[in-house]
Amino acid sequence: MPPADWEPVIGLEVHAQLLTRSKIFCGCSTAFGAPANTQVCPVCLGLPGALPALNRGAVTMAIRAGKAFGCKIAERSIFARKNYFYPDLPKGYQISQFELPICDGGAIPVPQADGSIRKVGLTRIHLEEDAGKNVHAQNGSHVDLNRSGVPLIEIVGNPELRSAEDASEYLKALRLALIYLGVNDGNMEEGSFRCDANVSVRKRGATSLGTRVELKNINSFRFVRQAIEFEIERQVALLESGGKVSQETRLFDHEKGETRPMRSKEEANDYRYFPEPDLPPLVVSREWLDSVQTPKLPHQQMAELSAAGVSTADARTITADPRLVDLHGRIAAAAGKEGARRAAHVVVGEIARAVNEGALDLGAPKFRPEQIAEVFRLQDEGTLSSTAAREVISEVIQTGRAPAQVVAEKGLSQVSDEGALESVVLAVLEKNPAEVERYKGGKKNLLGFFVGQAMKELKGKGNPGVLNALFKKRLE
Amino acid sequence: MSIDRGTVRHVARLARLALSPEEEEKTVRELGRVLDYIERLSGVDVSAVEPLTFAGDAAEAKESMRPDEPRPSLPREEVLEQAPEHDGSTYLVPRIIE
Amino acid sequence: MSAPLLPLSALCRAFERREAKPSEALEASLRRIARIDGKVHAFLRLTEEEARSAARESDERRARNAPLSALDGVPIAIKDLFCQRGVETTAGSRILAGYVPPYDATVVRKLREGGAVLVGKLNMDEFAMGSSTENSAFGPTRNPWDLSRTPGGSSGGSAAAVAAKMVPGTLGTDTGGSIRQPAALVGCVGLKPTYGRVSRYGVVAFASSLDQVGPFAEDVRGAALLLQAIAGRDENDQTSSSRPVPDYATALEGGARGLRIGIPAEYFGEGLDPEVEASVRSAMDALGREGATLVPISLPNSPHAIATYYIVATAEASSNLARYDGIRYGHRAQGPRSLIELYERTRAEGFGAEVKRRILLGTYALSAGYYDAYYLRSQKIRTLIRRDFEQVFAAGIDAVASPTSPTPAFKLGEKIDDPLAMYLNDIYTVPANLAGLPGISIPCGFSRAGLPIGLQLIGRPFEEAALLRIARAAERAVGVPARELPL
Ligand SMILES: [Mg+2]
Ligand SMILES: [Zn+2]
Repeated sequence: MPPADWEPVIGLEVHAQLLTRSKIFCGCSTAFGAPANTQVCPVCLGLPGALPALNRGAVTMAIRAGKAFGCKIAERSIFARKNYFYPDLPKGYQISQFELPICDGGAIPVPQADGSIRKVGLTRIHLEEDAGKNVHAQNGSHVDLNRSGVPLIEIVGNPELRSAEDASEYLKALRLALIYLGVNDGNMEEGSFRCDANVSVRKRGATSLGTRVELKNINSFRFVRQAIEFEIERQVALLESGGKVSQETRLFDHEKGETRPMRSKEEANDYRYFPEPDLPPLVVSREWLDSVQTPKLPHQQMAELSAAGVSTADARTITADPRLVDLHGRIAAAAGKEGARRAAHVVVGEIARAVNEGALDLGAPKFRPEQIAEVFRLQDEGTLSSTAAREVISEVIQTGRAPAQVVAEKGLSQVSDEGALESVVLAVLEKNPAEVERYKGGKKNLLGFFVGQAMKELKGKGNPGVLNALFKKRLE
Repeated sequence: MSIDRGTVRHVARLARLALSPEEEEKTVRELGRVLDYIERLSGVDVSAVEPLTFAGDAAEAKESMRPDEPRPSLPREEVLEQAPEHDGSTYLVPRIIE
Repeated sequence: MSAPLLPLSALCRAFERREAKPSEALEASLRRIARIDGKVHAFLRLTEEEARSAARESDERRARNAPLSALDGVPIAIKDLFCQRGVETTAGSRILAGYVPPYDATVVRKLREGGAVLVGKLNMDEFAMGSSTENSAFGPTRNPWDLSRTPGGSSGGSAAAVAAKMVPGTLGTDTGGSIRQPAALVGCVGLKPTYGRVSRYGVVAFASSLDQVGPFAEDVRGAALLLQAIAGRDENDQTSSSRPVPDYATALEGGARGLRIGIPAEYFGEGLDPEVEASVRSAMDALGREGATLVPISLPNSPHAIATYYIVATAEASSNLARYDGIRYGHRAQGPRSLIELYERTRAEGFGAEVKRRILLGTYALSAGYYDAYYLRSQKIRTLIRRDFEQVFAAGIDAVASPTSPTPAFKLGEKIDDPLAMYLNDIYTVPANLAGLPGISIPCGFSRAGLPIGLQLIGRPFEEAALLRIARAAERAVGVPARELPL
């Protein structure tokens, strides 16, 4: 941790791959994991004569993100060329946006530990194409251009973050929001959600910013914290010993847990941006803008769940995955009264467990929400004990079989018929005269003991409510 | 605006063009002359003039987008065949030190 | 002269009337190329085999009276800037020697779909940068009227091939005059359509906001037929316009009566050869006798065009040519020890002097600290140049007339060491590119030395039909007498 008189200033730039089927300027597939250089064409290879043709779907996703984060969506934005040489950049320039990005301003809502929401401001969101991939081997570097031309949005956050922890929370919130919006899969390992951090430190109370260092190659949440913490300490140590921070790009080495200057970026970059002459200005009409739907963001879902009576802990678990939110909503709707809370218990209980055990694929669940509601009904009418209900739900979730069938097969239906239970109640009272005496003497909590004895007889299938009532009637 | 040798060297590096000392000399002279000629533009009053950023048919700019539909890519052999150095699946370049 | 060496429009008619067959026309073309191209060097390579089989197929269609288009069976050659699947495409550069594209340019596809017979690839200035075809890495093309002179450029091969009657029609590109200037210097018709009228997809880029594809033919009708075959919206080029393409041949003979032709004072100033001026003025007078009204006009910002052009074009080129890095295709330096050396040596070895000069100028104009003074300012002046034209068109001018080139064809080698002098060749053609307007050059006479002179007409955007009609009226009014080539 830096000495208290230094204040870190951190801004994150996130590159998020848009979930389109084809690339941003050509028809090549964006599917991950194909053999090298099999998803390439004249456009994304930068062959002589090829021209970009903008993918409308990518623009729609950028608009969706922009709307959800409260950005101003530009009616007219401009693509620009960012010129630099690198083997993974086939044209020698990246088509990006510079002076007029599609989204301006806005903020990311970041939930805080105390349940409040902190809004971290955005500078902009712009559309751009991804580069290919260089793999460095001993004998040379290998270039695969499958990723060249994959659509990205670059989300540039304001330098409002003050600690590695802040940065990590911001990043988690942003990642989840993008997943909710259906524009990004949040996969850091496959590189579809990447982060660069701009870090500087200044004397506490200072208003001007210190010299900033850009950190690259941070591809997990753990590394984000490590890299930023290391960098803050490095800069503070440098300044305290009378040194100066130099403006540079540094690479995070996760094996050593430290940052080091990036050799390939040593010379000052001059990207020579200019408007891309091969593409018309991107015009977003009012109709288009209005037609783009924005699903609720995690903090909005959180608030709704709480209002519906779901506990904060359950709501937190559910909102961690929009598929859980969706399932919860559908089960709750099918269940009717008290549905939200009961559905929450199922989602954080049986469903979460099944997912963990690999018994349920949230992408393709085998059961229908109505089936869960059916189990609730069986429980409400006394056919199922709560234990049995949970067992049935587990089975239904994993197999999608009809609840009634599961109940019958497993013999889980409970005895609620008073006539059938009466004889067991009498037998228990007969066998335990001493306890009956003590109950009558005031030991009212022995009721549980009698019910337990009856349940034992009934192998757990007695309706505890009915048994309770019957014992009370006999004993008073 | 004239141009000196250092500037030529810097620009050549940006453009990834190796220049011999003689070529550097020559470039200083030739670009100097062309830039002297271009200097005449500095006298043109361009205040309140918008740059022409798109030369095409502005009336058509709105409808020019492509639907998000994948199309077949090129066969890899045909693509790599043109490369000076490849290993059958990737392009090869000298080892990059990051 | 045998029937198949007819001008393009006459050849199409001969096919229709069954007076000639596509395969005969092709063979006549190939014989002529074999006989004289050793002297002219218009072609970089021929695609005889494919051409012969395409011509045979066309023969059959013509016999069945089922041509794919008016051009079905016409031998066409294209500038080596157009990608043609399976055929080496070099853009006149060493850096692309041996490069075989895996796809067709849209215009190439359209020509094939119309049944045209693709004969081969034509010489050009490297990456279309030049006005003499001397910047080709594969040796210059010579002017068929005087082999010691240039045919102009950058589409010198395309112009010379038509002028020497090796093929009845060719395609070229025009970024600052590269179709019109060579057409003027060899005495044929060359048309640069409105920016966006013809797809640029598959055309090796020089300067994206200026490049435009266009035809060469011996007469205006031929140019109209070729434009018909290539014009129109292309999904692969988002700068192409979806305005409907009219039938260019229909209105062609509408005459000049009632038309208002603007004569800009700025296009008849210092540096204009007196013989060229006399010839152009007499052509305009002939147009006047046909019923057109000649109106003196001013295009005050046109004198800034060359300077503006050399910033905009080189800036875009510096970026467009960054892809030639020796990694995916083309030339690569041997044994580089590092990545940067691979780039720097590959490009130093692969590009010629003029291309390097322009890359350096363009990189400089875009570099930090200079962008506003050069690139941004130039794009603003471009707006002013366009505005000048808009104003005269709004005032009722139908076309602007001027010389195409300030001089007739100059000697090979004469200007090669003086870039600025070479650039000034395009002084009258560049404004149309900066403004995105259609322009055409038609022959209007010969100098005393027997060199062709061209008249340029510039029209309203997307009104090529009107421009062609005016050009046709001028062609008929001037009536340049046919001359035998000294070959
Ligand atoms: Mg970026
Ligand atoms: Zn592609």
